[in-house]
Amino acid sequence: MTASVYRKSGGARWLVAVALTFMVLFLVLPLATVFAEALARGFEAYGATLTHPDAIAAIKLTLTVAAISVPLNVVFGIAAAWAIAKFDFPGKSLLVTFIDLPFSVSPVVAGLVYVLLFGMQGWLGPWLREHDIQIIFAVPGIVLATIFVTFPFVARELIPLMAEQGRDDEEAALSLGASGFQTFLRVTLPNIRWGLFYGVLLCNARAMGEFGAVSVVSGHLRGLTNTMPLHVEILYNEYNFVAAFAVASLLALLALLTLVLKSILEWRFGYHHGSAGH
Amino acid sequence: MPAKFTRKPRKGRKSIIPGFGLTMGFTLAWLSLIVLIPLSTVFIRAAGMGLEEFLEVGFSPRAIAAYQVSFGTAFAAALVNAVFGMIVAWVIVRYEFPGKRIFDALIDLPFALPTAVAGIALTAIYAGNGWIGQFLEPLGIRVAYNPIGITIALIFIGLPFIVRSVEPVLADLSSEVEEAALSLGATPRQVFTRVILPTLLPALLTGFALALARGVGEYGSVIFIAGNMPFESEIAPLLILTQLEQYDYAGATAMAVVMLLVSFAMLLFINLVQAWSRRRVGA
Repeated sequence: MTASVYRKSGGARWLVAVALTFMVLFLVLPLATVFAEALARGFEAYGATLTHPDAIAAIKLTLTVAAISVPLNVVFGIAAAWAIAKFDFPGKSLLVTFIDLPFSVSPVVAGLVYVLLFGMQGWLGPWLREHDIQIIFAVPGIVLATIFVTFPFVARELIPLMAEQGRDDEEAALSLGASGFQTFLRVTLPNIRWGLFYGVLLCNARAMGEFGAVSVVSGHLRGLTNTMPLHVEILYNEYNFVAAFAVASLLALLALLTLVLKSILEWRFGYHHGSAGH
Repeated sequence: MPAKFTRKPRKGRKSIIPGFGLTMGFTLAWLSLIVLIPLSTVFIRAAGMGLEEFLEVGFSPRAIAAYQVSFGTAFAAALVNAVFGMIVAWVIVRYEFPGKRIFDALIDLPFALPTAVAGIALTAIYAGNGWIGQFLEPLGIRVAYNPIGITIALIFIGLPFIVRSVEPVLADLSSEVEEAALSLGATPRQVFTRVILPTLLPALLTGFALALARGVGEYGSVIFIAGNMPFESEIAPLLILTQLEQYDYAGATAMAVVMLLVSFAMLLFINLVQAWSRRRVGA
């Protein structure tokens, strides 16, 4: 930490006060509100809300969607980072830009494109109906929309990390007779494990919390296609605030857990993630 | 944003590392299936509409009002964040205060907290009977259910973009440079406008554009606090969803194309700023 000249100018205390007020107002207060509102009628009401069959169905669906979409993004992220970081080819930065694309697309537009593709009025709609396959207003659509919005998380964490580590370790292992798969498992994977964990952490938080994209494709069928964030919306719109905030508090706990694990990665293991903002 | 490749790959030597065909093939196939083909359907569908119809539904009075709300509030929120985000980053990089590590970790809360949760929490705070709303209401200040509420939600969503963009640059900026400027007779204000701000500018612009891009498309945190009145507090993503629910596919498609084109333009802008900043650092 370098001492600033502004400490001497006497503005330091004032600046710290402004920053702290801003952070309390915009970060601490919303978080505190979630738990305060959830427990407004006591722990019993809180527990009863969370054990309601609709809430349990929403929790199960959210866990299922994350359990499918996060591993798929891990496989994609590793494959993309391997191809991009370990080899030279033309159009590399264009490919990286395409991978980042879902971050700059509105979640509602992300959901819309799948409706235009797989919905009743969509291109594949008639064919899907003939074969009795439902994607939109069903779990496959929710999974697809979730994969779309979380698409870049793992890849963008691994690409700069693997590029920085270069190829020497892998080339050494290969020239000593290791197979390609052994090299990946014993050399590359240990090198990128914290970056991978970091990417999975953020990917999972977004997968479980995605609202806009999932809202478009879900159809909001209670107990069937309602994820936790969608269930929060339904309860809230029914003026069942305690229940809405109770389900929301689980998601807030997930967010806190994500932040704690992320901070441990940064403090204990000195991991600095590749790029700011997403 | 495109990654910075710190180690220049050696050219002219064929790598002995295997798996290029497999990983590249999978990457391109998955990218096409999940992102590129679905995104192109919306453009192809819009192309089938013809220019006249596209302009008519994509820029209907209600759509234009929605773009104005989305862009106006996202811009205002990004401006507020540019100022306060910079102060927060400055304080976290330069000063010691109790609970600093916790606050530093909390800055990423908007990335980790589901947007719907943020939306209902902010609404509860700023509604007429809320923790802050109850003090503002008697003063005649209504925050919830109008564009001010939307801006508040977007300030929450955008804060980490600015702080995390500016933070590493501030950390690299040694205070010796400031002290040198001061000892040469510059006032603290001059040090800020002539030394600190120019160094921070690319990072600040990048953070601003990232926050703006996210804010324009944001849905979950906004709809609860927005009020959602057409022509007043209806954001563009909500109007797209409304049109979709009313089976107005043409309207939804045209608006989606407008939003996508704006996203691409901002992505291009961010890439240009970063290329400019790298050139400047290199020079």
